[in-house]
Amino acid sequence: RYSKVVAYYALTTPPYKLDALEPYISKRTVELHWGKHQQDYVDSLNKQLATSMFYGYTLEELIKEAYNNGNPLPEYNNAAQVWNHHFFWESMQPEGGGSPGRGVLQQIEKDFGSFTNFREEFIRAALSLLGSGWVWLVLKRKERKFSVVHTQNAISPLALGDIPLINLDLWEHAYYLDYKDDRRMYVTNFIDHLVSWDTVTLRMMRAEAFVNLGEPNIPVA
Amino acid sequence: DASVSWIEQQPLPYPSDALEPYISKETVEQHWGVHQNIHVERLNGMIGGSEWEGMSLGQMMLSSFNEGREAPHPPFFHAAQIWNHDFYWRSMQPGGGGKPPERLLKFINRDFGSYDGMIRQFMDAASTQFGSGWVWLCYKTSKLPHVKSRSPIPSDNYGRLVISKSPNAINPLVWGHSPLLAIDLWEHAYYLDYEDRRSDYVSTFLEKLVSWETVESRLKKAVQRAVERDEYVSTKHIRKQLLARAKSRIRAMPQQVNGDAREQTSGQEKSLGV
Repeated sequence: RYSKVVAYYALTTPPYKLDALEPYISKRTVELHWGKHQQDYVDSLNKQLATSMFYGYTLEELIKEAYNNGNPLPEYNNAAQVWNHHFFWESMQPEGGGSPGRGVLQQIEKDFGSFTNFREEFIRAALSLLGSGWVWLVLKRKERKFSVVHTQNAISPLALGDIPLINLDLWEHAYYLDYKDDRRMYVTNFIDHLVSWDTVTLRMMRAEAFVNLGEPNIPVA
Repeated sequence: DASVSWIEQQPLPYPSDALEPYISKETVEQHWGVHQNIHVERLNGMIGGSEWEGMSLGQMMLSSFNEGREAPHPPFFHAAQIWNHDFYWRSMQPGGGGKPPERLLKFINRDFGSYDGMIRQFMDAASTQFGSGWVWLCYKTSKLPHVKSRSPIPSDNYGRLVISKSPNAINPLVWGHSPLLAIDLWEHAYYLDYEDRRSDYVSTFLEKLVSWETVESRLKKAVQRAVERDEYVSTKHIRKQLLARAKSRIRAMPQQVNGDAREQTSGQEKSLGV
């Protein structure tokens, strides 16, 4: 008896109840955004993987390979959107916002001058994006510093070689029911009340395994 | 000076509740009254004192597109979005939908096989447009006006109807296509009424809202413009063709040559009654 083992991606669950982000993001928005949009990306990706050369890749590998140096292959959009949404839900927590933990805050002050500057740059990057996309706080590998960037549609900093620390969904489906055209209020609420600095601290610790943010630490023989 | 209104927002061609129940008054008031208005204000804020001051919206859109060589100049996004929205509002009418009028239907049958064939292509384009953007029915004229306009449809086979999708604010005029019909596929256009059910929005638009009379009159003008514009070029082109034929006829006597190229070109438009 032989049966082929197949493994596809599943919809991951946000780490809180669907109404936990109220009043800043409504339960209805999360229901649709997670339950319909993200689910659609998962389903479409799995459908593609049934006949794709990318079957068996991890999601991160898939995103890097399918990005194909800026000429994305058909799997790219779905794979990146699955990853982006998962990362987005985990970038938030109920009663988030406030001030980052010490290590993160130090790095922010080093690279942006102050937390206020960072906050303003994040909002500016979000408002200057034309069309659908994402705004990110990333750790730039080569420059060894934090940076705020926005990307179009499904483009992920992973594919560009940087390490994401925060992302915020700027597709209209993410905020239109709650904020309509007031993108500024949505972004401001995210930064002030939703972003999970605990998660960012953990992500930064992991990122430091790949990028040395301090001076090189060479033991003396 | 941000207080000068270089560009005025066009009024809606019908009351804001006229598209109900298919597009709600709330959506129209938000979409036309707030969203489109933001584009008008932003555009007015950036053109004072610039080379775009005093241009019409269409001129501004085409000249700020920057010939596709580099990224468009800043006014392009807002100018094109205002143009696109005005065109979208006028692509619909209360009590619209139904079947296209006879003359338009002839073109549709010729270029898509059938009305259903066109609807299928339109729906398919709408469901695969990734990210914010538009889907268009266009009359594809012969030349790309801009250097690297990157037409999504190869440049042969012109003089026909095509369906194309465009990202964000791109307007098919930059590809040398004459737009006949537009549907807004930015999520703000349908999210309040249809949430994530985009295909319901698109099929309702086609069945209940499209003003096919408007599409037909736009087609008539587009064909006229194309004929006027191409006359000089095509006369030159045909003369060259005839000369080449005459030469090969002399070389390969006694070969029969059929028809006159001039008659074939113009005959196509004539047979469709335009």
